[in-house]
Amino acid sequence: MRTLDMIGCGETVRVVAVHGGGPLRRRILDMGITKGSDIKVENVAPLGDPIEIIVRGYKLSIRKGDAVSIEVAGGE
Amino acid sequence: MSEIALVGNPNSGKTTLFNYLTGSSQKVGNWPGVTVDKKAGRLKGHPNVSVVDLPGIYSLSPYSPEEVIARDYIMGGNLDAVINIVDATNLERNLYLTTQLRDMGVPVVVALNMIDVSRSKGEEIDVKELSKWLGCPVVPISALKREGLDDLVGETIRAIGTEQPVPKVFQPKVEEAISAVSAVLAGSEPDGLLRWSSVKLIEGDEAEREIHADDLAEIDPIVSSLEAAMDEDGETIIIDGRYNHIAAMVAVSVKKPDVEVVTLSDKIDAVVTNRWLALPIFFAVMFVVYYLSITTIGGWGTDWVNEAVFEEWAIPGAEQWLTDMGVNDMLVSLIVDGLITGVGAVLGFLPQMLVMFLLLAILEDSGYMARVAFVMDRIFRRFGLSGKSFIPILITTGCGVPGIMASRTIEDDRDRRITAMTCSFMPCAAKLPVIALIAGAIFNESPWIAPSLYFIGIFAILFSGVVLKKIQGFVGTPAPFIMEMPAYHMPNARTVAISSLDRLFHFVKKAGTIIILACALVWFLSAYNWSMAAVDVADSMLADIGHAVSVIFAPLGWDNWMATVATVTGLIAKENVVSTFGILFGLEEVSEAGDEIWANVAGMFSSGVAGYSFLLFNMLCAPCFAAIGAMRRELGTWKDTALAVGWQCGLAYAAAFVFYHFGTLATGGGLTIGFPFAVAVLALLIWLFARPMPNPEAGADEGVVPS
Repeated sequence: MRTLDMIGCGETVRVVAVHGGGPLRRRILDMGITKGSDIKVENVAPLGDPIEIIVRGYKLSIRKGDAVSIEVAGGE
Repeated sequence: MSEIALVGNPNSGKTTLFNYLTGSSQKVGNWPGVTVDKKAGRLKGHPNVSVVDLPGIYSLSPYSPEEVIARDYIMGGNLDAVINIVDATNLERNLYLTTQLRDMGVPVVVALNMIDVSRSKGEEIDVKELSKWLGCPVVPISALKREGLDDLVGETIRAIGTEQPVPKVFQPKVEEAISAVSAVLAGSEPDGLLRWSSVKLIEGDEAEREIHADDLAEIDPIVSSLEAAMDEDGETIIIDGRYNHIAAMVAVSVKKPDVEVVTLSDKIDAVVTNRWLALPIFFAVMFVVYYLSITTIGGWGTDWVNEAVFEEWAIPGAEQWLTDMGVNDMLVSLIVDGLITGVGAVLGFLPQMLVMFLLLAILEDSGYMARVAFVMDRIFRRFGLSGKSFIPILITTGCGVPGIMASRTIEDDRDRRITAMTCSFMPCAAKLPVIALIAGAIFNESPWIAPSLYFIGIFAILFSGVVLKKIQGFVGTPAPFIMEMPAYHMPNARTVAISSLDRLFHFVKKAGTIIILACALVWFLSAYNWSMAAVDVADSMLADIGHAVSVIFAPLGWDNWMATVATVTGLIAKENVVSTFGILFGLEEVSEAGDEIWANVAGMFSSGVAGYSFLLFNMLCAPCFAAIGAMRRELGTWKDTALAVGWQCGLAYAAAFVFYHFGTLATGGGLTIGFPFAVAVLALLIWLFARPMPNPEAGADEGVVPS
């Protein structure tokens, strides 16, 4: 299973599922990271974490530890 | 009298629009129970319409305090209309909240903001089409350029009291389930909220399930058969449904240019968050913030207020004037030394604070603040702090009062509170004379004393972050760090000015009184004896109290009444520690580092270790009253403020205690009686730090993601 934290800079992937539950999952979904949406990994913070992604045309930063629950496909 | 609310995502231009709509009539307060600002005012040109600015939110989920406030307020049923401000350059995510609002039975007017930016990117938005899909008026505006605002006000007034068609955003299967749940609920909810409640129940919303606990037996089968049919959980079905609907709506109503324009914001971001350039740029920006607010403009202003206005003008002037009027000496002293000095303690901070607030507002308004969190997050989050905690900590090395107030920019309640509680561990400028005094008197002006205290300060902050984070219920639950990186834009002068003045005014209002009273009390205790005769501090009530309580500092190695008195007067302002020693040793005036009394001070302490222990305690214990007042402002309640000060004093005591006994052993002073206790305290501190995270209350049943 590929998850968002494994994706390199500049790659675009499609969301397969958002795992987990509670406030974190809700927040991820609320921000538009839903099944079928495209995510481009745009940038990585100087210290390697968090990452900056583009989803639904806007920029979002997310910690790698939280990105683990976003299952993605494609982009290789 | 009608009431409308302004609702929208963070960074959608909400504040700018609110400032325009309400002009000078706005009032800032707090939402009950939380430290989230509540702003309200009268609609320009319509004095019988009040406008409430709800916190910036992305969704009406029940998790963050901001979302709960907005949700409760809209559901409260007193609203006549909602203006939903939507960022035209970021339609899909912004319209998500719109689709939620449309379910709540309140007339909505969509203010399509930043339409000028959207046009300049070559996008064409079909406003009529959008309005048809949403079932409510959509008015294109530019809050910054003040375009379309009259239309917006007109549409809003017209919308009051209307019934808008509710768009069916979900696919038929889901809409059927919503109708089925609504049928069960009919009668138990106001008609307007029927659809909202039904949707929320399908999502499995805890708050809504509690309200309708009696109907769950009928509702749960409807929801589970829908979940089975769609092979998804209810929450996913609803959120996916909204976003799919929005994607379809945007595909029809927005014409994007064939070639995506690379905006200036993208170009700036490519440089500013570049892997190699981000840190140097970050430190350069931080240097400018510090340099302007502490070293130069802000510092000059504060010096000017303290010296020119108070020391040279207000204090002697008032003294002269009152004496000329024939006012009783004691009263003159109370007014001048007690009250006016206290007022000075409040007003003196304002120039520094104003400059800092202006800079913070510019950083926030321009979009850079989100990058600060992005760059620094990795370091700070391990310690229960936010990347944005860097700014309060940095500013505190100049002055703790604006430093604590700078924690305001941290959205997450928990991170903000921990930062406000701990950033004053850093040595501020007023603590430097105390350091210089001890370093000069006892350590032969060793250059290692001051840097050691900065390291201890940082260590104490990070240590406290970890420890406080683990105390359940003390600092609330963490919000997930999933943060928008808003597009950069030129900060708006008016927004920046209003935001800075608001914050300044709030400091004076919330913190001012207590600072003045506390300063007056300590002054009173230090200027009078028990029979109310004016005396030197050495014969005052405070000296007697010092004699009585100094024994509690014996375990720290400095059972000395003068050191105790100096510690107490340090609460008015830390540099007072030096001048108090001066007075206690019989000098009228001492230089800033107190060279004249070095010999006396050295004689007070039995060893260098004891002197450093005194210094350590004074650096870490409760900050000055002004900083405590600022903390009260940020934490919201006296209880939390007392807990914060208690933690600071407790940690200061523990640190000085452990240091003294281990230090005495290490410097050949042998084993002290207290040594076993020092070992125990050290073990306790290590345990507090290293113990595993207690399970958050909600963790077990809500299935928080395992990390």
